[in-house]
Amino acid sequence: MFGFFRQQPRRSDSARAAKERLQILLAHDRSDRARDDLLPLLQRDILAVVKRHMRVDGDAVEIKLERGDDMSSLEINIEVPDAQPGQAG
Amino acid sequence: MAKTIVVTSGKGGVGKTTSTAAIGAGLAKRGHKTVVIDFDVGLRNLDLIMGCERRVVFDLINVIQGDAKLKQALVKDRRLDTLSVLPTSQTRDKDALTPEGVEKVLSELKEEFDYIICDSPAGIERGAHLAMYFADEAIVVTNPEVSSVRDSDRVLGLLNSKTRRAEKGDGDPVKAHLLLTRYDNDRVAKGEMMPIDDVLEILAIPLLGIIPESTTVLRASNVGMPVVMDETSNAGKAYEDAVSRLIGEQIEMRVQPQERPSFLRRFLGRRA
Repeated sequence: MFGFFRQQPRRSDSARAAKERLQILLAHDRSDRARDDLLPLLQRDILAVVKRHMRVDGDAVEIKLERGDDMSSLEINIEVPDAQPGQAG
Repeated sequence: MAKTIVVTSGKGGVGKTTSTAAIGAGLAKRGHKTVVIDFDVGLRNLDLIMGCERRVVFDLINVIQGDAKLKQALVKDRRLDTLSVLPTSQTRDKDALTPEGVEKVLSELKEEFDYIICDSPAGIERGAHLAMYFADEAIVVTNPEVSSVRDSDRVLGLLNSKTRRAEKGDGDPVKAHLLLTRYDNDRVAKGEMMPIDDVLEILAIPLLGIIPESTTVLRASNVGMPVVMDETSNAGKAYEDAVSRLIGEQIEMRVQPQERPSFLRRFLGRRA
C-alpha cells in the first residue's frame, strides 16, 4: 500500500526530484572537474590494449555511462570481428 | 533535406533551453529524426532539461577535438527513439568551439537527422555566433518585456548579417520565427504587459507561437522532461502548435489559458 504511493510520486514532488537530480549531478560535476579528459584517455588506453591482441575498428566502440547516487556504471562495448587466424598478436 | 534551426534570443533566461527541448521533442514525437545540440560551452544545461544528464559520456567539444566519435557523444532519448541530445562540455572554454569543427559536426549530423536544433547560449559572443552561423532557420525566443524585445531585435540583425546564408548572399536568408514565451494574458489585459501585436509590430517577423506563463514548465524541468511530454500542460500544447507551424502546417494562432491550478485541481492532482 505504502509502496504504491512511493512508486507514484505526487506531482507536487517534482521539486524533490529536482533536488535529488541536482545533488547527484553536482557531486559528479565537482569531482569530474579535475579529470576532464578521463573518459577520452580511458577509451584510448583500453582500445590500445585490445588492439595489441586483435584488430578493432575505432568506430566500433560504444561507451555508456550511467551516473547514480551510490555508484556509477561504465559500459564499454567493443565490436570484435570474427576470429581471423594470423591477424592477432 | 535536413534543416538546421537555431534557438536564440540574445537575452538570458527567456526560455531558449526549455523551447529547444520542447520543440525538439515535439518534432521527434511526429516521427522526425531530431537532434538537439547545446552550444553553451562551460554552462551545460540542455542535458539536464532533457533528463539525460546521468548518461553523458562525451560532448561536442570532445568530438570537435577528435577525442570521440560523433556517434559516441550522441545521447539517445529513452522516451522517444527519434530524439538525440548532443551535450556540450561543462568544463572547457568556449574558445574550444571552432567554425570548422562546428561545420563538420553539423554536416555529419545532417546525414542522419531531419532536424538539427541548436540551443544558443545567451549573449552574442562566440558560442551564440557559431550556434546561428550555419542555421537555415531561427527561432527567436522573446518575452513581452522591453529588454528582451530589444535584444531580439539585435539578434535579428545578426541573423541577417553574420550567418553563412547572409555572407553568401545568393540563397535565401535565414528564416526567422518569433516565439513569444512567458506570455501572461491577465497582465496584458491589465495593461501591465505588451500585447502580442505590439511585439510583432516592433520585430516584424512571423509568429511561430505564443507560450503562456505556466507552472508546468518548472515541473517539467524539475524532472527532466520536455514540456510537450506533459499531456496536461497548456505550455506543452502551445509548443505542439508551434511545432506544427514550424513544419508548415496551418494552425490557427490561439493563446492557451494560463495554468493557475485551483485548490481542487491541486488536490486532485496530488492523487493523479
